[in-house]
This record gives sequence, structure tokens and C-alpha cells, in this order.
Amino acid sequence: MSDVQGELRKVVGDLLEQGKVDVVLGFEEGTRPLSASPCFIRQAERAAELVWNPCCSVNVAAYLPRLFTPDPRLKEPPPPPRVAVFCKGCDGRSVVGLIKENQVPRENVVIIAVPCGGVIDRDALTGRLNGAEIAKAKASADKIELTDESGKKHTVKLNDVLSASCRECTVRVAPVRDVLVGEAGDEPKPAGDGSHRLESMSPEERWEAFRREMSKCIRCYACRQACPNCYCHACFAELSSPRWLGAGDAVEDVMFFHLGRMIHQAGRCVDCGACVRACPMGVDLRPFTQKLVADAKELFGFEAGLDIETPPPLTVFKPEDPQEFITEPG
Amino acid sequence: MTQSDEDWQPKIVAFLCNWCSYAGADLAGVSRIQYPSNVRVIRVPCSGRINPLYILKALASGADGVLVSGCHPGDCHYISGNLVARRKFALLKRFFANVGIEPERVQFSWVSAAEGPRFAALVEKVAEDVRKVGPSDKLVAESV
Repeated sequence: MSDVQGELRKVVGDLLEQGKVDVVLGFEEGTRPLSASPCFIRQAERAAELVWNPCCSVNVAAYLPRLFTPDPRLKEPPPPPRVAVFCKGCDGRSVVGLIKENQVPRENVVIIAVPCGGVIDRDALTGRLNGAEIAKAKASADKIELTDESGKKHTVKLNDVLSASCRECTVRVAPVRDVLVGEAGDEPKPAGDGSHRLESMSPEERWEAFRREMSKCIRCYACRQACPNCYCHACFAELSSPRWLGAGDAVEDVMFFHLGRMIHQAGRCVDCGACVRACPMGVDLRPFTQKLVADAKELFGFEAGLDIETPPPLTVFKPEDPQEFITEPG
Repeated sequence: MTQSDEDWQPKIVAFLCNWCSYAGADLAGVSRIQYPSNVRVIRVPCSGRINPLYILKALASGADGVLVSGCHPGDCHYISGNLVARRKFALLKRFFANVGIEPERVQFSWVSAAEGPRFAALVEKVAEDVRKVGPSDKLVAESV
């Protein structure tokens, strides 16, 4: 783990020194133990602040669209920056998605791919401490040694506190990349037999599961802010013309928000889990978003973010597209 | 807005494309074909114009069912609007079922301008399907 970090710092330092990029988007030590914060580095000396560890859980691709959006007030906006972005497998897929949707120009990004073994779910971790705050912590390749605020020491296996999406990850390394730091290795097989949680549920059970998650939501929009695919300057949830839904946490509005956002993710979501990790209330959207991902694959043979050439599924059509769902009057 | 159980009639919002399905519905009308009056029609230029949020909003506003109908593939007045829409509709049909909303409530079809009787038969089928699953209460605000 640490030599990948060292190699990463060197790669970034070289890129900046040689003037190949204007800014590097990566992670630095976070403000709490066992956290890493995204950071923007413009000077080669600061490359030494970069870290790579299982706390690097943010999907940094979410920062890219705004870097490439010129300030509309400027008469002559500056040329787009050249950005090096440090990607886990899921981040890399998100970057590919953004390139395909013309939010990020391919020639302006240097994708630095790092093979990822998964990131920590902080809720799972603090759950094991019975709510005690973490005073000190050290994460290594397979375990975390930490001291809580009362001085008690704990050792936790990394596998036990991995984020749920990491357990089911099938793309550990960014599939489209300019630089590979560390070694790629084989991609993990899909966890489970491929059948989906929702498939085994009756409609009533699905509705119960959905309603239960929705009842926790407080409309803070953390999920939307964390998602790289949510880059709209004016989100449908905040429009007053048309007014799709109310602003508060009334459950019918909460449901509309999440259903609408999921509809907008159809064929685009890479199941990075950033939304679930960002949520302060423990809403688990993944059973529903994963099903969307599975549907896009089954209906159109499409998997998001694996290559730049394949067009997004809803931008193309084929004469033989499936239409078993069409109602034929008797 | 309450109705007693015996009086309840499904409210179905139908998005019909101007050139084919709406004309087909119109033909059913001038031909004096009797069919259930539960459908409220919204005319759109093309089935490809339909934003999936319209269907969601119809359900959230109290519609018991939503019917979307366009030109047959290959016959779209705008050449390929319905082909673009077909993929969206395929995903949407599964999407509502994924969260437990009865699939009978959201239905998609192709009806041409000459198919008056077919439109009437379509409405018969959809109205009957929605009647069977009952009033929709999942996405609307709970009444006080």
C-alpha cells in the first residue's frame, strides 16, 4: 500500500514539474482519523501531501465537470485546464461516463489509475466501536488498528468494514487510463450468482423496502452532490417551472426525488456507492440503482464507463430493440 | 378527494402522439366506438417527446394508471422519435416494477392513425387492468 502511495507522489510531482498538467485532483490526509479529503494540487512540492489508503472513499470524478465549466460572466473565458485525476476503478468509470457526455474533454485529463482493494464504510466501523469516537487510527493492507477516545485499542479486519459496493466490485482499476500506478492484477469475479436482490422479492416486499429507505431521507441532497453523474446546473428537484415536487422531506416528495434521480441515472450509474457513503441517514439506494444497472445490461448489453467508444444506451437505437413490454390490445 | 369503494373509477392519463395515436383515438371517436371513459388524453407531438418524469408526475398527482402510445416503429412522423422512446420505455416499464408499483399501471403501446378499433380495445384492456389493481395510493400524499 505504501509503495503505491510513494509512486503516486512521484508520478504527480513529475507531471507538475514538467508542466504537463495544471492541477492534480487526488486525496490528502483528512481532518478526522481514518479520513481522506479530496484535494487540488498545483505545485509539485505539494505532491508529498497526497495519500492513497482505504479511506479515499469520495468519487473524485464528481469534481471534474465544474473544473471544465467556464464562468459564464467572463467575456473571454480562460482555456480549459489540464487535469490529472487519481482514480479508483469506479472513479475511472465515472470519468469515462463524463467524457462520453461531453462534460470533460478527453485530451484535457490525465487519468492516473490505482488498483483499489475497496474503501471503508465509516458507519460499519463506528458501529463496531459502539459509537465511541476514533482518536487514532492506522490502516494497512488488510486491517485497521485504532484507539478510541477512551484509550481502548481495537483491531478490525478491513474486509469486515468495506463499503457494500466494494464487496461487489468488478472493476478495480480504471478501464481507461493514461498512467497505472501499482499492479493491475485480475479483476474480481462478480460476487454472488448474478441474480439480483429485488428479483427474489414480491412487489409488496419491493415497495416496503423502497418506502423504508425513503422514510429515512431528509432531502439533504448529499447523494446528489456526491454523484459524478449529477452535474446539471439546475436540478429537476429545484425547478419551480415546472414544479415537479415539493422541497421538504414529506415522503411523497422524497419518493419523487429519488425516483426522478434514479430515472436520470438509468444506463449511467456505475454503482460506485458514493451516494450511500455520503448519506447521513443511512439510506441504501443500491438495491434499486443496481437493478437499473442490471436492466441496462440485460436490455441493451450496456455497461457504463468501460470504454469511450460505446455510445450511451439512450442516445442510440436499433431496429431490433426489445419490445416485449409493449401492450398488445387483445 | 375520497370515493367510496363501489364508486371508484380508474383515472388513466394517456400520452398520445399527435400524428398516430391521437389520430387513432380521434378515429375511434368519430366512428362512434364505445370504450371506457376513464382516459384523460394529453397530446404530444411524438412519443419521443415524453420525458419519463411526466409518467412519474402523473402517478404522483393521483393517476391510477398511465398509458403512453405512439406510432408503430418505422412509421414515426419524425422518422425515429419512437425508436428513441422505445428504449426509454423499456427501462421505465421495469423501473416502476422495481420499486413495487404494479406493472399494470404504466403501459406502452403503438397505435396508428387508422387503428380506431385498436385504440378502443387498448383502452378497454388498460382500464380493466388498472381496475383490477385498484386505486393508486403509493406515490401520492397521504390525505389528512
